[in-house]
Amino acid sequence: MEKVLMKGNEAFAEAAIRGGAGFYFGYPITPQNEIPEYMSHELEKAGGSFIQAESELAAVNMAYGAAAAGGSVFISTSSPGVALMQEGISFMCSSEVPVVMLNVSRGGPGVGGIQPGQADYFQATRGGGNGDYHVPVFAPASIQEAIDMIYGAFEIADKYQNPVMILADGMLGQMMEPVSLPEAKRMATYEEIRANKPWAITGKGPRSERNVIKSLRLQPDVLEAHIHRLFEKYDRMEKELVRYETYGEPDPEIVFVAFGTVARLVAETMDILAERGYKAGMIRPVTLWPFPFDAFARISDKTRLVVSVELSMGQLLTDVKAAVCGRVPVGLINRTGGVVPTPVEIADRAIKQLKALD
Amino acid sequence: MKQVFAITRGMLPVDTSYCPGCTHGVAHRLIMECLEELGELDNTIAVSPIGCSIVAHQYMNIDMCESAHGRAPAVASGIRRVHPDKVVFTYQGDGDLASIGVGEIIHAAHRGEKVTTFFINNAIYGMTGGQMAPTTLLGQRATTAINGRTKESNGSPLRMCELLATIDGAVFVERVALNSPGNVRKAKKAVMKAFEVQKNGLGFSFVEFLSSCPTNWGRAPYEAMEFIKEEMIPYYPLGNFRKPEEF
Ligand SMILES: Cc1ncc(C[n+]2csc(CCOP(=O)(O)OP(=O)(O)O)c2C)c(N)n1
Repeated sequence: MEKVLMKGNEAFAEAAIRGGAGFYFGYPITPQNEIPEYMSHELEKAGGSFIQAESELAAVNMAYGAAAAGGSVFISTSSPGVALMQEGISFMCSSEVPVVMLNVSRGGPGVGGIQPGQADYFQATRGGGNGDYHVPVFAPASIQEAIDMIYGAFEIADKYQNPVMILADGMLGQMMEPVSLPEAKRMATYEEIRANKPWAITGKGPRSERNVIKSLRLQPDVLEAHIHRLFEKYDRMEKELVRYETYGEPDPEIVFVAFGTVARLVAETMDILAERGYKAGMIRPVTLWPFPFDAFARISDKTRLVVSVELSMGQLLTDVKAAVCGRVPVGLINRTGGVVPTPVEIADRAIKQLKALD
Repeated sequence: MKQVFAITRGMLPVDTSYCPGCTHGVAHRLIMECLEELGELDNTIAVSPIGCSIVAHQYMNIDMCESAHGRAPAVASGIRRVHPDKVVFTYQGDGDLASIGVGEIIHAAHRGEKVTTFFINNAIYGMTGGQMAPTTLLGQRATTAINGRTKESNGSPLRMCELLATIDGAVFVERVALNSPGNVRKAKKAVMKAFEVQKNGLGFSFVEFLSSCPTNWGRAPYEAMEFIKEEMIPYYPLGNFRKPEEF
């Protein structure tokens, strides 16, 4: 396929349109401003509709409404915006409304900064909203991978009737890479919405039953049964969606765990370590929830150290520790606040941690 | 025998959970009657946010969704974009619309969303048990203002019709009351006009109902009707605040 050079954010927006998104609601926030800007002129050309919402709170609720009405919906924001969107995410999970959302994350807490961060790991994987629910989270390491994830996320969201999150970072949003764009899907017509999403609120019309989309269940036993049904779905997601990649030779003495752009830095670190005579490997979770616990079963007795490399204060580390389960020492190599380590810095710190074990 | 009255097909034949003397049921019925008369019942999508009337979908016989507290106008804006040919409305309480959701209602009006909002002003938070709303009258008691609302601590009650009428996109704004048969008839006319404005694609339309909450006001149902007449209407004048020329 022909390659074009595109800026991350614009490529994400184009991938969503090509994936069939008809509706986008957003509020400006760096480092993802190019997305609402792009949507404001490109979405209507594709037959869709764009609203510059008055806040992320409004944006996520517009998304809920449009998706409940059967539209294919894409929303994007950055970290503080995702904090405001939690109300809607929890609501959409409970009422089983599919939306694709993208976090082009930055450093926090609070308003934080605008440089890339991964400190939204807990917010994304643990659910920042209220109640028992899960959202599948995909973490792209390149603009191409983000395009493919966004493009494919609409089908996943519809299949499970659940929101799906793509967790990118400001680095991916702001850089340019050669990419190939998938074929554009057509937006669904009213008749197609009624046929393919029989649960959607489209006006009763000739349907025999009216549709109601709700999350209120005042009777505890009824709510409990509903949550159990949701968790049967989450169990299926855990089996069917989990993805990861492994890199390096068999039997490495050090195994890195990193996602997103950090995994690209670690790939370079592995070359540096090879030159310095160390055998390194890497597990890259492609889905953060479900977390690829199975990938860690392959860690052999030759491995002396597993290291979480992240742009946060040990958030990914908690899952890595749970996955390693005490079999091998687990270390942390991290920067935060928008600071990105160099591959050399990661290599130096890794060697130091290995030596400390001797 | 000739039948002179029938309950609209827009209302499901079930008992409501609303308290005796509460006017939610009256407002529901008026809206559903208008939709039936317009032939739009099967062509309508509505949003009921948090508040006593989140359960409106148990009674209104149309496609509906619930929404988070105050967000119904945003939800309706999303629905409207997907279905430009449907009738879309929100049904919101005064805590919902005038407090937590004040941003969403102002901006739905500001964008001139082609939806209708029905605003139930009962001067109190009903569902949570009688706390002060932005619309609670000065001197009126609430569980968070046990000696009555004061201007010094709480400000004066918000008049939403007057506020929204300053926004260009809000092309139809009217306040009605549900305290007497005559006022109920006027209320129905306003509902009808609001839907017609929407159907003609003219912009955002808004009807405020001065409503009762006997339970949380600590009044008998007939006293509650008196309260609307004696206390609410003088502060919240009835009438039209904005309408398109042809209306
Ligand atoms: C985010 C959030 N905050 C608070 C509540 C609690 N709550 C439920 S109903 C309600 C008040 C609703 O009052 P109003 O809108 O006046 O409607 P009414 O019940 O009087 O009809 C509140 C505060 C909630 N459900 N969600």
